[in-house]
Amino acid sequence: MTVDAVIVGSGPGGATAADVLTAAGWTVAIVEKGRNHLLDPDDLSKPAFDYSNDEIKFHSRHFLGPDPLIEPRTFRSEEADGDHVHVGEFNSLPTTVGGGGVHADGKVPRFRPDDFRLHSLFGPQPDAEVADWPVDYDELEPYYAEVERTIGVAGTEDSNPFAAPRSGPFPMPSGAPMFGATRSAAAAERLGYHPYPAPSAVNSVPYDTRPACNNCGFCAFFGCPIHAKGDPIAMLQRAMASGRAELLAETFVSRIRVEGRRATGVDLVGPGGAERFLAARHVIVAAGAIETPRLLLLSDFDHPLIGRYLMTHYQTITAGSMPFRTYAERGRAVTHVHDDMIVGDDASRAAATEAGLPWLRGGLVEHGGGGLPIMEAKHLPWGEHHPDLMANSMIRARLWAFIMQGEDLAYASNRVDLDPTIKDARGVPVARVTYRPGRHELVASAHYGPRLIAILDEMGAQWTAATSSPGSGNASLPDAIPESRHNMGTVRMGADPATSVVDPTGRMHQFDNIVIADSSVFVTSAGYGPTLTLAALAARAAHLMV
Amino acid sequence: MPVWLSDDEHRILSAACDRLIPPSESGPGASAAGVPDYIDGLLGAFSFDPPRIWAGGPTSGRHGGERGFEQFHRLTALDELAWRMRIEGSLGLPEREFNGPVIGLQQRYREGLAALGEDFCGLDPGDQDGRLRSLSEFTALLYDHTCEGMYGAPEYGGNRDCSGWKAIDFDGDVQPRGWTDAEVSNP
Repeated sequence: MTVDAVIVGSGPGGATAADVLTAAGWTVAIVEKGRNHLLDPDDLSKPAFDYSNDEIKFHSRHFLGPDPLIEPRTFRSEEADGDHVHVGEFNSLPTTVGGGGVHADGKVPRFRPDDFRLHSLFGPQPDAEVADWPVDYDELEPYYAEVERTIGVAGTEDSNPFAAPRSGPFPMPSGAPMFGATRSAAAAERLGYHPYPAPSAVNSVPYDTRPACNNCGFCAFFGCPIHAKGDPIAMLQRAMASGRAELLAETFVSRIRVEGRRATGVDLVGPGGAERFLAARHVIVAAGAIETPRLLLLSDFDHPLIGRYLMTHYQTITAGSMPFRTYAERGRAVTHVHDDMIVGDDASRAAATEAGLPWLRGGLVEHGGGGLPIMEAKHLPWGEHHPDLMANSMIRARLWAFIMQGEDLAYASNRVDLDPTIKDARGVPVARVTYRPGRHELVASAHYGPRLIAILDEMGAQWTAATSSPGSGNASLPDAIPESRHNMGTVRMGADPATSVVDPTGRMHQFDNIVIADSSVFVTSAGYGPTLTLAALAARAAHLMV
Repeated sequence: MPVWLSDDEHRILSAACDRLIPPSESGPGASAAGVPDYIDGLLGAFSFDPPRIWAGGPTSGRHGGERGFEQFHRLTALDELAWRMRIEGSLGLPEREFNGPVIGLQQRYREGLAALGEDFCGLDPGDQDGRLRSLSEFTALLYDHTCEGMYGAPEYGGNRDCSGWKAIDFDGDVQPRGWTDAEVSNP
């Protein structure tokens, strides 16, 4: 049997493609190497209830995968480091049905029109490959609107003066603001910034058969026990309910088979290790910006840019201890954000000039806090003072923090390729990441860090601290590995086959029927989380296929 | 009765955990909170069926709902491979050594507890701390697990009667109750 499309990966990109294609009457096979804890095994159009408020299960024991013993990645900061300096996790997204959507806390901002025209509007940067996207915001807007409705996004129109234009309202109103965020938003406004309720794929009211969020607080890095997070369960449920989708969990795609310019299907390794060929008219790869280029390289595709231009987000992390409880353990993890540090001002332009850079851009600033007790305990020292420090809880109960998702520029030297020696448990070479932040990212972080600290001071912080992720360019230090969980850019989109791997519709230049439907295709990283944009691109690519 | 440790090892482990998180006015120390049983339960996870690796969902019953945490998840073949590698080590088995040998938690605890010494329980607290500091790698592992056993869900064997959470005024898992919008925005 030949399916109309095989989709590699069940995260927000693959799930969106499956939804669009099955609605158009196509048959699809969704192949996911991780386990299914998202959908009811007896009726895949309904949710499962395997997720829980359990810090051991989700933080300490890899419940959502990948287990670094079974599926490691390797890391080095530059070629001079040798084959690799680290074997284990690298900025890993869940390996599970639902992919990265399962553990995200559901902030789903759109990019702004500027983000698609960086080269035209701002010009080049030393060492970086700054380019315009072959798609502009206006072309993508209808798909943004479509996936916002499908996922279920809560937000407040006209709350962000820098917002991209919208063709319609948010599907839901914003949910309850976190107490700490009401304080940090007020402090930010007093300093002239423009905080607003974060667009969230978290139900503020019952939506599409799923309940409203009940604010349990176990949000980022946890699956939602009640499925109030819509991304990507909404798309997978609809695809499965169509009767035209098959879900192959615990199944690894080891190779895309091609004849000339056409893919014929994929080689699969099933749950017990059984290998077989699955024939398909189209192949859609949505395995994320690390695993997607790995699969293309395992398939011996030879475009020299496959794996190049890996972008994460250079995170500037500032935290302050407040003289009041912040109650960060209640609610959606982050309810407020501001865009000012993406947009820039006279001071940021002066900072760029002073550093000898043509321009600099920061990123979305997330107002959040806290943490959970095991995390807090591990950060505190052992011994006589431990119980008092835990009871006073500077981190969980009193901390407030800003994380700026700083825009990473694309550098050819930041890349994914196949590790020469390390293998996964199936015996397949794993992805190796070579990555270090560029000068632009470091200058932007140094500029904006003190400005974030000033907001914490305005809130009344008793002490503050600043760090970044990655923390240094020294690959021998563990903090050299980024923790943003945002990976982008490794299968770049563009009109010219010499400077890009996929065409403006998401199809690989070299093949007639292989489409990339995840953040691998991003040309720039913007300063926003990639989920909604990658889902909008996946929806567009799928609509253009049918 | 410990699941995997010997009685002597369990005693040394209890004394060591109590130096890391001692009893205080806010609550019991690590041993009274069940931390040694949490660690013994991890080392002996495969003595149970299903193995006690991942507690179930979606609720514990502490704030309503079913007692789902008590039903541990079944493991797939790959899950079992990962957790046997982590707990037992690779033991020279080719299917566990695709990237070379792996030293398991069982061996690290057996050697670490032996290095603390048979006389550890009878030492002065200051001398106990000195031994722990001199074994920094083992103590770092032990402290990570002590934190998990102290402040993690009781279904894993630690945090007895939620004493770890009570000591820090934390409600733990709160589904299906959650928090009201007023408790979030205007606590």
